[in-house]
Amino acid sequence: MPEVNAETVATSPEAVAQHLAASRYLADDSLATAIFLAIRLGKPLLLEGAPGVGKTEAAKAIAELLGRDLVRLQCYEGIDAAHALYEWNYQRQLLAIRHAGEHEIDIYDDRFLIARPLLQVLKAPEQRVLLVDEIDRSDHEFEALLLEFLSDFQISIPERGTIRAEAQPIVILTSNRTRELAEALRRRCVYHWIGYPDAEREAAIIMLRAGDVAEATARAVAAAVQTIRARPLAKPPGIAEAVEWANAATILEKGGSPWPEAFRRAIGVLIKDEEDLSYIAPELGRIVEEAMG
Amino acid sequence: MMRETSLPRAAAPFLGFARLLRRHAFAIASEQVSGFMQAVTLLGPRSMNDIREAALATLAPPPDRRDEFEAHFQSHFYGNTSAVVEADADEETRIKDDGGADDERIEAEHSQEGGELSSALEQLSTRDFQRDDDRLTAFRRKLSTALPARRSFRTVRTHSRGKLDLRRSLREIVSADGDVPSPLLRRRQTVPRKLLMLIDVSGSMKLHTADYLKLAHAAVQGADRAEIFTFGTRLTRITAALRIRDRDQALARAAAQVDDWDGGTRMGPTLLAFLSVPRFSSFARGAAVVILSDALERGDHAELEMAMRRLSARAFRLSLATPLAGDPRFRPVTAALRAILPVLDDLVDGSSLAGLTDFILSLARPAPAAATIWKRVS
Repeated sequence: MPEVNAETVATSPEAVAQHLAASRYLADDSLATAIFLAIRLGKPLLLEGAPGVGKTEAAKAIAELLGRDLVRLQCYEGIDAAHALYEWNYQRQLLAIRHAGEHEIDIYDDRFLIARPLLQVLKAPEQRVLLVDEIDRSDHEFEALLLEFLSDFQISIPERGTIRAEAQPIVILTSNRTRELAEALRRRCVYHWIGYPDAEREAAIIMLRAGDVAEATARAVAAAVQTIRARPLAKPPGIAEAVEWANAATILEKGGSPWPEAFRRAIGVLIKDEEDLSYIAPELGRIVEEAMG
Repeated sequence: MMRETSLPRAAAPFLGFARLLRRHAFAIASEQVSGFMQAVTLLGPRSMNDIREAALATLAPPPDRRDEFEAHFQSHFYGNTSAVVEADADEETRIKDDGGADDERIEAEHSQEGGELSSALEQLSTRDFQRDDDRLTAFRRKLSTALPARRSFRTVRTHSRGKLDLRRSLREIVSADGDVPSPLLRRRQTVPRKLLMLIDVSGSMKLHTADYLKLAHAAVQGADRAEIFTFGTRLTRITAALRIRDRDQALARAAAQVDDWDGGTRMGPTLLAFLSVPRFSSFARGAAVVILSDALERGDHAELEMAMRRLSARAFRLSLATPLAGDPRFRPVTAALRAILPVLDDLVDGSSLAGLTDFILSLARPAPAAATIWKRVS
């Protein structure tokens, strides 16, 4: 993957959108602007939105367009410095103390330091793209821990002092908004709310992402998915599910199922909650037929 | 002021916009304002849309206040003051810091309510008020330790029954020149579960909503993590308002946020709306969920049944407190109650503050399922 200078890619929001499209990611004007600003202002990008709208995919696409390695930190409840920043290799330290005998030994040497994603990014000689995924799953203490990293791209290790980034990373944070993030975190970032795409954009995404799907099928899937999302479902289908539905229905149709039937039979890849399935089932035939026009 | 005069004139509208947003309780930091101006410069700006995009990206309005943000943008940059400022009905209602007109509205509502209630009832509530206050104070104090607990993934130091804390033990060993003192231990922390209260504010619950809101205020003040929603024909999150320590102020703020006082009930659809917002439904996960409602769902109860089943699947314990159960002749015989009874952990009397506070304080204690108890009774 050839490395690209971020400044040459991010000349304008339109240029960013074009480069993302080349990486098979269709961004609307607003998202392209947010990415452009995050790169040019050198700030982290905070992407919020419902599950399945393409937040993580956006981070992957940014890494691809810049030709950088993506380092991913998946957040969860209870994540702390030892999982995100660094950890000492205690067993090796103990062995070293034993072997050293009467000799002096620095047990806080690099040999004993296990770099976790944030430290890996700071220590990398070349610029990396860091994805802090689902930050809303972590607890408030972890958010506070991230603040120093996000504002100055540095972390403090009590035994070693402060480590600054050799090359300032591009940081993307994602949140499903299952809880409110701290204002201190939000104001350090360029912010963008990703909503579900409109039917036309979703059809274009399906065409781009699905293997062998006709344009009419993609349009029908996009229209039907918009209607289904408007229902009060426990797990509204994301874009990836829409792409899978289009793919699955196409395979079934080629296998001999007529069109509306192929959509109905493939519904399991779109809706993955049993109660949602039974809720939508009585209406599904009508929704598909209306979507097919 | 000195800095402002040294800024170029072109910067004034942007600073003014940030100030306008701050006046309407948007949290905007100075670094965000400078980020906004840098972003405008970077984008050209070639059109007003660039300024809007720059503002959205750098001033970061919460998604549920986007409409309000847009209205302020229109009024500031286009002089269009007719834009309606209204929050989304299914999302969290906005927090109003500058009361003004809203305070007047609350006053009006209160005087209306007073006129509608009989004087005998008013006397009764005045007599009970002091006792209720004491009860709520005791409830608030006991709540955080009385709620059911779960083991967190965070760890705390312990003197026995834990895992070895190598990080700190090693520090001790080094500072003791290699001697091995007694090892330090850590174990997983125990934290209280979340408490989620959903309060029915429809017309049929009118006599009880004031008490319920007082209870909700005590719950938010006492519990580490409590979330309060009201529902009638809409769903409103009032937790932020109830965080104000002064009860009168908090209740006034909460009252201003709720738009569907004393109206009809659409319990099923509003609970489904609650579940379809990921941020809200995550409040229910692993929580003690208490619904304060008479559950008098008109028409088809299929949606209510589905919503309760989903809530039950997420919650640690799902309880319905209905004032109707205050009557000894009460039996869960309506179609809606019969349908939801199997998924309820508790179906209890919600007619008095005393009963409700005792019930919530007993949530950590195991009890037979509601269906078993009511089968025995009937």
